[in-house]
Amino acid sequence: MTAQDIHDILKLQFTDAVIEAKLENVVDPFIKVRTDMIKEIAVFVKNDERLQFDYLMCLSGVDYKGKLGVTYHLYSMVHHHKIVLKVEVPTETPDVPSVESVWKSANWHEREAFDLYGFNFAGHPDQRRILLPDDWEGHPLRKDYQTPEFYNGMKVPY
Amino acid sequence: MIETIATPKTSTGKSLRTEEMIVNMGPQHPSTHGVLRLEVVLDGEIVVDVIPHLGYLHRCFEKHCEHMTSYQQVIPYVDRMDYVAAMTNEFAFVVAAEKMLKIEVPERVHYIRIIMAELQRIASHLIAIGTFGIDMGAFTPFLYYFRDREKILELFEMTCGARLLYNYMWIGGLSHDIPPQFVEKTKEFCTDFKKTLKEVNDLLNYNEIFIKRTANVGILPKDLAVNYACSGPMLRGSGVNFDLRRDDPYTLYNKFEWDVIVGKGEMGTVGDVWDRNIVRQREMWESLRIIEQAIAGIPEGDVQKAIPKRIRPVPGDAYGRIEGPRGELGFYIVAEDNVTPYRIKARAPAFVNLSVINEISKGAMLADLVAIIGSIDIVLGEVDR
Repeated sequence: MTAQDIHDILKLQFTDAVIEAKLENVVDPFIKVRTDMIKEIAVFVKNDERLQFDYLMCLSGVDYKGKLGVTYHLYSMVHHHKIVLKVEVPTETPDVPSVESVWKSANWHEREAFDLYGFNFAGHPDQRRILLPDDWEGHPLRKDYQTPEFYNGMKVPY
Repeated sequence: MIETIATPKTSTGKSLRTEEMIVNMGPQHPSTHGVLRLEVVLDGEIVVDVIPHLGYLHRCFEKHCEHMTSYQQVIPYVDRMDYVAAMTNEFAFVVAAEKMLKIEVPERVHYIRIIMAELQRIASHLIAIGTFGIDMGAFTPFLYYFRDREKILELFEMTCGARLLYNYMWIGGLSHDIPPQFVEKTKEFCTDFKKTLKEVNDLLNYNEIFIKRTANVGILPKDLAVNYACSGPMLRGSGVNFDLRRDDPYTLYNKFEWDVIVGKGEMGTVGDVWDRNIVRQREMWESLRIIEQAIAGIPEGDVQKAIPKRIRPVPGDAYGRIEGPRGELGFYIVAEDNVTPYRIKARAPAFVNLSVINEISKGAMLADLVAIIGSIDIVLGEVDR
């Protein structure tokens, strides 16, 4: 199924959820959706028979200076098609509904996005740091991150 | 299912109180394949819960990439993620970068990359099965396999000068062409390796103690594997017939004839530890088939013709993935109009495969947990990046 068909099905099902879609002349066609509806969209694209996106390849956070975004790369093992969904949130209130109940692989990916970017995934059962120590302050992959001077008494930049 | 152990009673009827214990399989442990900390909640010997703690090898790879002066400069960093199978990491990165920059490489480059990737797959599986054997108590396959891994590392050293971390596959081509004696030596290796494969197969995989320790342990059902986005031998061991080389092609694998190995539950249930191990074992035979076919027909050409002098991409993003020895290795590259990459996210297969450990080890014994970790085949450099 082409990206245009997937986009049309989504637009038919959720009338105002699609904010932007770039489907032509791009390497990976993507659909930008409303952040508060991402959970319903996730349930729909997983269970709908024409789409059946049952494999979440990758979930990544991106820092577009001024806004934070989450990118979902989805693949269907049944129909062998791919799509990319994107959401954007302001940097001060990065609240995104969690899709962990839809695809369990999102569990650790969302923990990593929380750890490195500071997203707040509403509904995530175990939101804590995964790669950095539990008492680290700050979210390193943000573009305006300053390395702290000291960590537990040790000088950080050497 | 956790079997209830009868609480011991004294002859006067007083019963001993049992509680759950938290045992720490700390970052330094011979069987965790690196610096992985597992907090294991045990009821006697039976595992109730496993909580992995990662991050002991986190090297801020993604942050470093945002300060590079070129996309080609990222390649030595990418090597060091999964230090056991470095060619695979480079391959995934150049596939993603060439997809984004729309670069077409010459056919000779495709053939040489396939040969290197399959040799690296064999080398990685040799470590995986060898160290798994050690965890189970079988020391001999490890030494036999490392003798053959040495021959593969000699082939790599002959080509690019490095044994373990190569910086060989560049965006648009390769750093060096293969030397004249490479084809001869590879054919020799393929012939000699088949004897070792058969020897170790008979020694390890059908040994009764090995079967007793690995069959019906750590069963990963099909739906759980897809939902947790497992890939590689973990997914194929659970019976899912899916291989990125065939189903989502990224280079010229369709020119060769080879089979996809899927676990069938020969010794126990589909998706147990024995199945994952035998998938890795048999995949090495298929890799040998691909190498022999590729070596026989390498076309002529210039491997450095398509390497761009300066990479300044059109703003956009791309996700490229390949079938590595551990599973699906993908890179998500976000580019702006600058020579420095804006964001590179590495989707590591070991990171995603490890997340399933809590589900599949409930009800197993502590010794089975060692078998399960060994069968997931993790490399902490990839998990932590």
